[in-house]
Amino acid sequence: MKILVLVKSVPDTETKIKLGSGGKTLDEAEFKYMVNPYDEFAIEEAVRTQEKWPGESVVVSMGPTRCQEAIRKALAMGVDRGVWLNTEGFAGEVDSLATAKLIAKIVKEEAPDVVFAGQMAIDDYASHIGPMVAELTGMPCIQVATKIEWKEGGKSARVEREVEGGMVEVYDVQTPFVLGAQKSLNEPRFPSLPGIMKAKKKPLAEKKIADLGVDAAVVETLGFALPPEKAPGKVFKGEPVEQMVQKVVGLLRSEAKVL
Amino acid sequence: MTLKVLVYAEVRSGKLKPTAGETLSEAVRLAGAGNVHAVLLGEGASTHADTLASFGATKVFVVEHAETNTYQNEPHVQALGQIAKAGGYNVIVGPASPTGRDFFPRLAARHGAALLTDVVKLRAEGDRVIGTRPLYAGKTLSEVASKAPLTLITVRPNVVAAQVTAAGAKAEVEKVTLSFDTSLIKARVVEVRKGKSEKPDLTEASIIVSGGRAMANADNFKVLHALSDVIGATVGASRAAVDSGYAPHDMQVGQTGKTVNPNLYIACGISGSIQHLAGMRTSKVIVAINTDPEAPIFQKADYGIVADLFTAVPVMTSELKKLLEH
Repeated sequence: MKILVLVKSVPDTETKIKLGSGGKTLDEAEFKYMVNPYDEFAIEEAVRTQEKWPGESVVVSMGPTRCQEAIRKALAMGVDRGVWLNTEGFAGEVDSLATAKLIAKIVKEEAPDVVFAGQMAIDDYASHIGPMVAELTGMPCIQVATKIEWKEGGKSARVEREVEGGMVEVYDVQTPFVLGAQKSLNEPRFPSLPGIMKAKKKPLAEKKIADLGVDAAVVETLGFALPPEKAPGKVFKGEPVEQMVQKVVGLLRSEAKVL
Repeated sequence: MTLKVLVYAEVRSGKLKPTAGETLSEAVRLAGAGNVHAVLLGEGASTHADTLASFGATKVFVVEHAETNTYQNEPHVQALGQIAKAGGYNVIVGPASPTGRDFFPRLAARHGAALLTDVVKLRAEGDRVIGTRPLYAGKTLSEVASKAPLTLITVRPNVVAAQVTAAGAKAEVEKVTLSFDTSLIKARVVEVRKGKSEKPDLTEASIIVSGGRAMANADNFKVLHALSDVIGATVGASRAAVDSGYAPHDMQVGQTGKTVNPNLYIACGISGSIQHLAGMRTSKVIVAINTDPEAPIFQKADYGIVADLFTAVPVMTSELKKLLEH
């Protein structure tokens, strides 16, 4: 089976956000980056699927130089080779649809049986790329997938998707398809030391996005703002529990007006 | 050119979602009264048409077709696309619910539309639609503008106000007969397993009571359920509680769980890791109950009680019961 995994390098959860001049940009100087946590479930599922159905697995990531680290992590976890869509030096805005179109070009070229992606990225919470790539390559997409069961020797699958309030939709789907990984899909492995050593020698192809042709953005980012700071709260301690609870309940009604 | 808005009003298991009122109201604020129509998909969904009219939808399209009775991505994409095209709409608004988030990206890619996801505020500059959306788990807000002839928007649940602007209004209902290109329906729903809970989903709940590692076991969550029953809350959990097996993953709030924005979030025995805060920091009012006065959750809380949750929560349950009975 041929498997593609989409991976995004995102700011670490602990990153403090500072605005650039005039709020037009973000000051990314002190950002630290990591692999989007949902993408780790996608990588793990790719490696497990490959163990069951041998073939080839390819990790694709788009962005600046730091993407190579994300790709190397996937390679260290067991993916065979990487494709880096290099955005360095590209001056224009690249929105999610333009990004999806670029990734779709690679997907069409590679013609995988299945594409694994994280169900969303924790930086923009958008969940655009997986479904958009699916649309642009004529595949169905099962988002927020929590379980996959292969059938017909890997030609089709039964996939469970988490909807809401514990509701689960069960889908039957033929390959090729895109799957948006949700947390409970699996337990991602840590890259082993031999895995990390091997990853350094695995092929990593670089393609400049300008060479592939970038569509004009249909969404323009106008600027950024920091949300208003919350006033410090009222914390009660050292009093009898009944009194503290009564005070808070009273404040919820009189001050916060939420009851 | 004026803005002509089509609102996807979500119906699940025969019930109209509260997001329908929210999205319609925001659409009316964006485009003005009279420029907003709505779509209902699914058998029997037409019973909700008058409710949509009360929120300002002057026309309601109803599709009753086997392909849209149960939510499926592709038929929803085709239905919205066909209705929007036939009616010349230039904006489609829906909820950033699990359903809206599932099919709006495909709809956008199919029509080359601009997609503004998870917006908390909309405005127009002439015909240009501009949305405000949180980024980096609410640590910053970004303003994004559409540059396409068709703009798609999903509105974050529980943030914008639902306003009844036409109480008692009767909707002009138009039943639409659609033909679906079934060759494009490549994933089929074969079963829908209902959740155990009748409560709203965490992402749409207006009150959430969450438990953390201090819950100590799954059975102890009954303390939180007792409180949630009194105030109509949905029960959530921290990652620590989920990873310890005290609660299922679909109850998890935070990074790799759900992002929630209730009016009231009651955190019980939750320390407040950055990953948890990422999922609930935009809650309007936060109450924290924890034995550790140094727990980071108290820095984000509007009201805090330094106490054992197993003593404080039952007291809170009975206090609220008294309060709400009067």
